[in-house]
Formats: sequence, C-alpha cells, structure tokens
Amino acid sequence: MNETQFRLKYGMVIDLDKCVGCGACMVACQSENNLYVRLDESDKLRSTTWMRLYRINNGEKFPEAKFSFFPRPCMQCGHHTPCVSVCPATATTVDEEGGIVSQIYTRCIGCRYCVAACPYHVRYFNWWDPVFPEGMEKSLSPDVSPRMRGVVEKCTFCHHRLMKAKQKAAMEKRRDLKENEYITACTQACPTGAITFGDLNNPEHQVAKLAARPDAFRLLERLGTEPKVYYLTKHDWIRKLADNYLPEEDFRNVKKQKH
Amino acid sequence: MEKAEKKEYSPAVIGWFLCVVGFVGALFVGWVIFPALLYSSMEQPFPFNHKAHTENAGMGCDECHVFKQDGFFTGIPKLARCMDCHESLQGKSEAEKKFQAYGQKLMEEGKEIPWLVYSKQPDCVYFSHAAHVKMGQQKCETCHGPIGTSEQPRVYKKNRITGYSIDIWGRRISGIKFNTWDRMKMDDCGECHDKNKTSNACFVCHK
Repeated sequence: MNETQFRLKYGMVIDLDKCVGCGACMVACQSENNLYVRLDESDKLRSTTWMRLYRINNGEKFPEAKFSFFPRPCMQCGHHTPCVSVCPATATTVDEEGGIVSQIYTRCIGCRYCVAACPYHVRYFNWWDPVFPEGMEKSLSPDVSPRMRGVVEKCTFCHHRLMKAKQKAAMEKRRDLKENEYITACTQACPTGAITFGDLNNPEHQVAKLAARPDAFRLLERLGTEPKVYYLTKHDWIRKLADNYLPEEDFRNVKKQKH
Repeated sequence: MEKAEKKEYSPAVIGWFLCVVGFVGALFVGWVIFPALLYSSMEQPFPFNHKAHTENAGMGCDECHVFKQDGFFTGIPKLARCMDCHESLQGKSEAEKKFQAYGQKLMEEGKEIPWLVYSKQPDCVYFSHAAHVKMGQQKCETCHGPIGTSEQPRVYKKNRITGYSIDIWGRRISGIKFNTWDRMKMDDCGECHDKNKTSNACFVCHK
C-alpha cells in the first residue's frame, strides 16, 4: 500500500501524568459533535463516545495498587490504516492534507468491517436513529452533520474546526494555519492542559516537541499503524499496558522498529 | 363475395414502429411526466428584482451578500439590511412601494422574509464561500449563473422525496450541462477542483 505523504500531519499528545480523569474532554466532544444521548447512558457498552476515558490499573493489591486515566480519541492511523483498508464503500479514507481519517456518513453502508478492524475500538455503529431529549436539538451544532441509523461514526479530530480555521485563513488570504488556530474540542476543554494539539511535522509546534520526547509512546505501536496520537507518562507500568509486551521485553525502544 | 384488400405491413415495420413509439413514450414519461410529479413548484415570497439593484442602482453582489470577518458567508441578507435602504423610498416604482409595505409589516411582526434558497446543499456538505471567492478568486456567476441580471425570481422547484431544490440536480432534467452553473452536484464540484488542481479528498467538502 502506497501512502500519500502529507506536508501537514495533525496529531495529539496526551500527557497521562497530567490527566485527572475529570471527563471534560468526553463532555466537550459529545456536545461539539452532536452525539446523541441514550435513554440509559449507564450502559457503557452501548453509549457512543468518540473520546473515551478509560480507567486503568496495574492489577496489584494494596499497597502496590495504582490507577490512571487513559483518554482515547481516534488514533488517525497513518500507515495501513486498518479501517480504511477494509472499507468496501470508500466511506473512510486518508486523503486530505493533515492526514485525518475521514468518515463520510452518507457513503457508509453500515457493514461494520471497520468496527471490527480498528484495533483501538474508536468506531461506533448507530443501531438506532438519534433521538435527542426535547429541546436539546436546539443546541446542536450546525457544523457537524448528525448520523442516522445504520452508519458508523468516529472521532474526526473536530474536522469542522479545521474547516472553520481554514475559512478564516482564506478570508485573510493565508494558506497556512498558525499554531493553535485549529485545536480540537477536547484539547480546549482539558482543564489541566494534558492534551496538546498541532502539526506533528512542524518542529516549531509544541506537539511535535512533545512527541519527540523519550517518554512519548503510542498505543499498540508494534502494529505499525503509525497513530497520530501520542501519550506521555513517566510510569513504566502504564507504558507496559499500552502494548502486549513480554515480561522481559524492552518496551522503551519500540519506536525504533520499522515496518 | 369480394373482400376488401387489407394493406399488410411487414413485421419488421411494425416492430420498428412500436420500438420508436415505446422509446419516445418512455422519454416523455421520464423527462416530462416524472419530473412534473417529482418536483413541486413554489413561488418566492416576494418577486425580488436583481436587475433593479445591480444595473439600475449600480450595486455589486457583495453589497448585500456579505462576508463576516471570520469568513462566514451570510448568504441572503436579513430583512433589516433591506430596510436599511428601503426605510425611505429610493425610487418611484410600484414594486418598491409594495416591498416597503411588506417589509414593514414583517418588521413589526419580528419575522424574516421566508426566501427559498435555490442552492441549498444537503446536510453532509461543507461549503466555504470564503475559500472559493476570496482565496480561489471565483466569480459568483461560475456557480450561481447570471442571477444578478434577472428581473424575476425563478420558480423554486423542490424534490418531493429528498426536499432539495432542482438546482442541485440541474434544471435540465436530462442532466446535460452547458454552463458551469447548470448543476450543483458532487461531480460538478469535483470537476472544477480537478481543473484547478485543488484536493478532491472526501473531507474537503463533506462533514
């Protein structure tokens, strides 16, 4: 598979040591992207969460027990993108400058291959038409199209915000966006500043500097999907959980492997 | 008894005749009857005269159809903008007097003119006027046609199934295209993007 090399590569760095698990990113994401609310939202198996906050622990007993929070947006894989390679309808692609994995709801046929293919469980299928509680439809964003029954949806790095930023730039006859002119809703909502967003290809951007740090890692890195979401942590146990390592394996050098 | 001689046609002639009748009939059904059933015709709430504004009053498109500073295109102006000028009569025409009365009545009721938007795109489409007009230097006519010189608004035809305006499919039901503004379908956007070497990635226009 030949991938297009993009000049821009929008990515995210999430500092797990700064994350306090407040869930503001999830709430911001849901209201930003017109996610509907199910009648019983306590059933987390069926709720749709483009940005999901996992609670992880090291499986030890007191006094060694440790836990952490783990926010998980779409990883926007840049290489052998699993969902894109299985989609029979070309409803999801990586073809736009910036490398965001697109999802075109009107093109999706609802076969759910991508849901099965995604190793990060970021894709959600709409089993029902969205029903918004009365009055809530007035608060929907016109920038994001609501999804109907029978299609798959996922985090798009708030793509409409990119469009808005580009539109503003077009008004000022600029082709390039400034740093932080386009950030996702979760980035903006995070109260501790754990999420950083920007162009990974631009060494001037904060996000590129953070991603180059030695304690930066990605989820299931050895699958070779080249996710654009990096995580930072100083805790080895968290880092070990991010992939299926053997007990004696050196997980710190995993980034150097080529596919 | 002598039987009147009947004129006999060969089966081939009858066959061709039926073929032509069937073809023309099918075309008639497809191009005349079906569209007439499929599209409902609606009149605009007020017969707006573009020509009176552009040619007679010498205004440009961007005097009413304005951009906001962040690049948001406001489209059809609000009634208040119309009434800014038409608060007092600008000319002597009957139409203007009628509009003034109509506008003032709506203003008192706190309503807007319920214009029907010919080029309204489906929900899944993202379109930025700023990217096309400010950055791409495209003219309004390229997509909207010579609407600025029209004296009467066209009849708005709405697809009874999809709810979209016929301008999206193209007013010529056969789908034949002579001008860039004849149709507003995805392929038409893509064609121009190809020509101008702009990206045709899905997410460039879809949301």
